Amino acid sequence: MRTRLIAALTAAMPFAASAQSQLNLTQGVTEISNRVYDLHMTILYICIVIGIVVFGAMFWSMIAHRKSRGHKPATFHENVKVEILWTVIPFLILIGMAIPATSTLIAMEDTSESDVTVLVTGSQWKWHYRYFEHDVEYFSLLATRPDQINNKLPKGTNYLLEVDRPLVIPTGKKVRFLITSDDVIHSWWVPDFAVKKDANPGFINEAWTKVDEPGIYRGQCAELCGKDHGYMPIVVIAKEPAEYEAWITAQETAQREAKEEEQRLLAMSMSEAELMELGERVYLGNCAACHQPNGQGIPGVFPSLVGTEMVTNDINGHIDIVLYGKQGTSMQAFGNMLTLREIAAVVTYERNAWGNNTGELIQAADVNARTKN
Amino acid sequence: MAAQQHEKYYVPASSPWPIVGAVALGLIAFGAGHTVIESKNQVDGWGTTVLFTGLAILVVMLFGWFRDQINESMSGLYSNQLSASYRQGMSWFIFSEVMFFAAFFGALFYARVIAVEWLGGASNNAMTNEVLWPHFEAMWPLTETPGGTTTQAMGWMGLPLYNTIILIVSSFTCHFAHVGLEKGNRTQLKVWLGITIVLGCIFLYLQGAEYVHAYQDLGLKLDSGVYGNTFYLLTGFHGMHVTLGTLMLIVMFFRVMKGHFTHDNHFAFQATSWYWHFVDVVWVCLFIFVYIL
Amino acid sequence: MSSAAGTMDHHDHDHHHHAPSGITRWLFTTNHKDIGSMYLWFSFIMFLLGGSMALVIRAELFQPGLQLVDPHFFNQMTTVHGLIMVFGAVMPAFTGLANWMVPMMIGAPDMALPRMNNWSFWILPFAFAILLASLFMEGGGPAFGWTFYAPLSTTYSSDSTALFVFSVHIMGISSIMGAINVIVTIMNMRAPGMTYMKMPLFVWTWFITAFLLIAVMPVLAGAVTMVLTDKYFGTSFFDAAGGGDPVMFQHIFWFFGHPEVYIMILPSFGIVSAIIPAFSRKPLFGYASMVYATAAIAGLSFLVWAHHMFTTGMPVAAALFFMYCTMLISVPTGVKVFNWVATMWRGSISFETPMLFALAFVILFTIGGFSGLMLAITPVDFQYHDTYFVVAHFHYVLVSGAIFSIMAAAYYWLPKWTGHMYNETLAKWHFWCSLISVNVLFFPMHFVGLAGMPRRIPDYALQFADINQIVSIGAFAFGLSQLIFLAVVVKCVRGGEKAPAKPWEGATGLEWTVPSPAPYHTFDTPPEVK
Ligand code: HEA
Ligand code: HEA
Ligand code: HEC
Ligand code: CUA
Ligand SMILES: [Cu+2]
Repeated sequence: MRTRLIAALTAAMPFAASAQSQLNLTQGVTEISNRVYDLHMTILYICIVIGIVVFGAMFWSMIAHRKSRGHKPATFHENVKVEILWTVIPFLILIGMAIPATSTLIAMEDTSESDVTVLVTGSQWKWHYRYFEHDVEYFSLLATRPDQINNKLPKGTNYLLEVDRPLVIPTGKKVRFLITSDDVIHSWWVPDFAVKKDANPGFINEAWTKVDEPGIYRGQCAELCGKDHGYMPIVVIAKEPAEYEAWITAQETAQREAKEEEQRLLAMSMSEAELMELGERVYLGNCAACHQPNGQGIPGVFPSLVGTEMVTNDINGHIDIVLYGKQGTSMQAFGNMLTLREIAAVVTYERNAWGNNTGELIQAADVNARTKN
Repeated sequence: MAAQQHEKYYVPASSPWPIVGAVALGLIAFGAGHTVIESKNQVDGWGTTVLFTGLAILVVMLFGWFRDQINESMSGLYSNQLSASYRQGMSWFIFSEVMFFAAFFGALFYARVIAVEWLGGASNNAMTNEVLWPHFEAMWPLTETPGGTTTQAMGWMGLPLYNTIILIVSSFTCHFAHVGLEKGNRTQLKVWLGITIVLGCIFLYLQGAEYVHAYQDLGLKLDSGVYGNTFYLLTGFHGMHVTLGTLMLIVMFFRVMKGHFTHDNHFAFQATSWYWHFVDVVWVCLFIFVYIL
Repeated sequence: MSSAAGTMDHHDHDHHHHAPSGITRWLFTTNHKDIGSMYLWFSFIMFLLGGSMALVIRAELFQPGLQLVDPHFFNQMTTVHGLIMVFGAVMPAFTGLANWMVPMMIGAPDMALPRMNNWSFWILPFAFAILLASLFMEGGGPAFGWTFYAPLSTTYSSDSTALFVFSVHIMGISSIMGAINVIVTIMNMRAPGMTYMKMPLFVWTWFITAFLLIAVMPVLAGAVTMVLTDKYFGTSFFDAAGGGDPVMFQHIFWFFGHPEVYIMILPSFGIVSAIIPAFSRKPLFGYASMVYATAAIAGLSFLVWAHHMFTTGMPVAAALFFMYCTMLISVPTGVKVFNWVATMWRGSISFETPMLFALAFVILFTIGGFSGLMLAITPVDFQYHDTYFVVAHFHYVLVSGAIFSIMAAAYYWLPKWTGHMYNETLAKWHFWCSLISVNVLFFPMHFVGLAGMPRRIPDYALQFADINQIVSIGAFAFGLSQLIFLAVVVKCVRGGEKAPAKPWEGATGLEWTVPSPAPYHTFDTPPEVK
């Protein structure tokens, strides 16, 4: 505790100079973000100037017109002229601010004539990206290890700002984002682009960006969306157009092949060890956020999976709820997020872990049998 | 201003009823909360017991409080200032009720003019319709929701129209009763007041019949999308207010029978009649915005 | 409520010149001073409670990583902290002050509707008991922020939400009745000669606040009702599948919510407008423009709600409208600030604790106002929104604004309430500790906010670590400083130097014409106001 305190105090002294702490708004890497930054600085300076004038006058009277100095009070209590003046001047200042603000806003909202369109869907607590012009879609999940969060491992540089599969966009092109959500409201925010748009379930919001510099840009979900709102980062990689083209083609091929592979593997069954091993991995990555690593859930919010009727008896119900989720609850559909093998594995895992020793093995084919296509 | 009239101020004595009322509201809130939770989870519990205990205490409190007030009013001197306070208090209370209904009317307008239109692709929501609800077309009444629930709309002819007429007439009869009171004509007062009560009851009965019709014949239910939601919440809260108003009128009727009120001292009656007119005006808005348009 | 012309019960009247004793005094009271005291104590307890929750938040945020609480509980703390501070600390404190001071300031014996007054107060302990009890239910209490956005508060909330809803309902009933009482008292109970434009500004600001309350609390009741039916009865106000819209919730909520934040600041303006002239020994500058400015702020507050929702994706024209209206509010608020400065200008200023708090209020509130103005600029709000910059903004206007003004009021009127002078030395300690720590606590939040730290998160990226540490230290220091306040008040209630009728040289107003402590019924016969 003591050392911590000292550390905090030493951190406090030169905190303005501290290497990591950024104290001001980011300028960002787009034309818009720069305009926003300039606007921010302009208003900030205006406020500082007004502040100096107002507080200056206050401190002046506090010092000069003190009773202890023997200052005798004046008696004036009205002056229409100055009152009008200090109504009109702020008004004019405001007009001065409103003009650049208006033009920036209008530029920000113009999503027309875009080159690339990405559908961004938030859900508890991950992002899903679908490229409109290509057959590419995937989920993007927090990549920070739970052990780092629980202080069992040292935290990496990009602690909480790293994902397994970042969004990739081309530089120099106008990228349009269609933003929506599957459950609660999220908000897709990348400070470097000055893009923050709410993901409202059932509606689509539009935003756009045009990034000039290749690089890795990080952001976070910016609307309280439940328990793991703090664990829903966004990472965007901007690549040169040629590199981007190569990447998207590779993705397209890979995703197509994965689907074909999945069909082929249907006939193969996995061993118990394989299933449990894969199942645990999938479980910890996708389910433990709610149902907790020990399967106990959080009473009243997320149900326990230990010894329940469904998990011990009802195989079909169990597969269905993982495939299709349950409407009107935060139990979402994992059918298009996990492969058949993964679903088979996670179901097997749940039915055999934490004392649910049903001994049943579920194979990809069993899951496939429950899909509706 | 009233200020000139009082040489000496009146301060009411302390009273146990407010704290009883607070306990009652506390129990009602706690009980209602648990009732709702229990019904959702389909478990039995003590929520309803607490709720009804609270309601019972509230009723006792109302009787006690009003009895004290009436006794004070009947026995004491008449104070213009206090009476003005009550009048103003009642008008601001009604204003707060207006704002309560405004929230639901606001929801109705928003749903109708904005939400449904946007789901249908209006404004900057072309993609909303194209990607998320490709089969949905904006319409009002919303007889088919984006999610696919269907229902039939409630027309304004028939029951609703009768109800409108009944309520408007009742506003007049209430006013005639009031005039009777002010003129000191107690027979006129009793008759018109009685008629008003009867009209109120008929309204409530027809409203009930309309709900049955909506549920059974039209498939218009509380959960049939935002059209049904606004329909039931607006008419429902209005119906609750009519019920309350009718009860107040009935109390007034008994008090009139007991000989209460004079031509210049009848705040309770006036408050009730204001309330009744307010309920009436709300209905007219309802009739226009929920049924006709 | 019912027909009752008042009785002139002389017998009764005489008995009430001294306070009745025992517990029933507090349970059954119709006395505005007793009720005022109960409101004030209640609000102070809630402040400590809400503050303790803030300390849980700050302790967890002292370092990155999860140390003390799990994220679900953290969200409950954030939510309940916000709710308790807003509805349990600031609003009841103002109502308490109104109860104590409004009748005295306008020369009335009591509030117009004293029994209803008692009822409004006693609802509150029950309402908050229910809210707090919900924290102990399975699944926990409300965890969706004090703004309870749907559908997080409907489909995805824990079972206890119904308790939250009903507790807000009865809080609302209490506020509405309190507001009706204030309005009626002011309209109807003024002493002869006390015309509207002679009323002290505290009375004026409360008058306007009461209108805001009556206009918006019912809307909040509507909002929670829709949350209730959406969650438990299958309606779809906030569900697109049924033709509703989650953003509609935000419109309804903020239609209440924005006027609500002015409900929490207008009475402060009144307090400061009483204190600054008193200690500058000079009449308030621009009385009339103060009144008009207050009314203008209140009026505009109904036209700006969507500045909390710029990122929800509204049409550009709407965003512009709300941006312009929001910016406009700076003008009347500026008028107030300038008037205060002009009041001090060429006064004869002394620095007793109430004045210190009032001065700190003017400066720190203005800083909060500036950040508010920055938030109002839509394109930049896209960067600020839902970050600690917003948290910094509203704590500046709420803590170093509303709370500081309440402290100032307490010091200013304590002699009148208790009949004793408070301990000035201790009070100055309270002030300086609070002033320094509040800035250590909230100023650095601007920086983490700008640097990109979202609000309502239990854990954060490493680059925010240093500043969060400083902020947390400030939080504990500020919390401890408030214990000094408790000590000052308790000492003052218990005893101390006897206070004269008018302990402050420059103070004006009817409340200073009666002895300290003020008699149980201040004015038996109305005073004449020239
Ligand atoms: C007491 C409470 C209080 C007060 C008084 C204010 C005052 C103001 N607030 Fe604040 N606000 C809150 C409480 C308050 N706010 C809260 C609680 C939230 C967050 C809610 C939540 O999400 O949980 C919030 C959030 C909030 C937002 C949303 C931010 C976001 O979520 O993205 C915005 C945006 O416009 C805003 C703006 C303003 C403005 C323009 C004022 C103006 O009234 C300020 C006017 C004052 C001045 C400008 C200073 C004095 C003036 C002068 C010296 C004159 C000259 C000045 C100029 C011409 C510049 N506020
Ligand atoms: C008037 C309203 C008010 C007041 C007075 C405060 C006071 C404080 N607030 Fe509050 N706050 C809000 C209104 C208010 N807040 C609102 C509306 C929100 C938004 C909620 C939401 O997002 O939904 C919020 C959110 C909020 C957050 C953001 C949480 C998040 O986004 O996750 C934080 C974080 O630091 C915070 C901190 C504090 C602190 C440290 C104080 C301090 O000033 C508190 C000081 C008081 C005490 C500390 C208690 C007194 C002392 C004791 C009990 C003795 C024991 C003390 C020690 C041992 C030290 N508040
Ligand atoms: C965002 C939270 C969340 C995540 C992530 C989640 N679940 Fe659930 N799950 C729930 C909720 C809430 C329910 C309860 C639904 C209900 O009300 O019936 C549930 C119910 C279930 C049930 C039914 C339990 C029973 O006995 O009725 C199973 C099985 C299940 N989830 C499996 C999974 C699996 C497998 C995963 C991961 C691949 C997963 N869940 C991920 C929230 C979640
Ligand atoms: Cu998703 Cu916050
Ligand atoms: Cu606001």
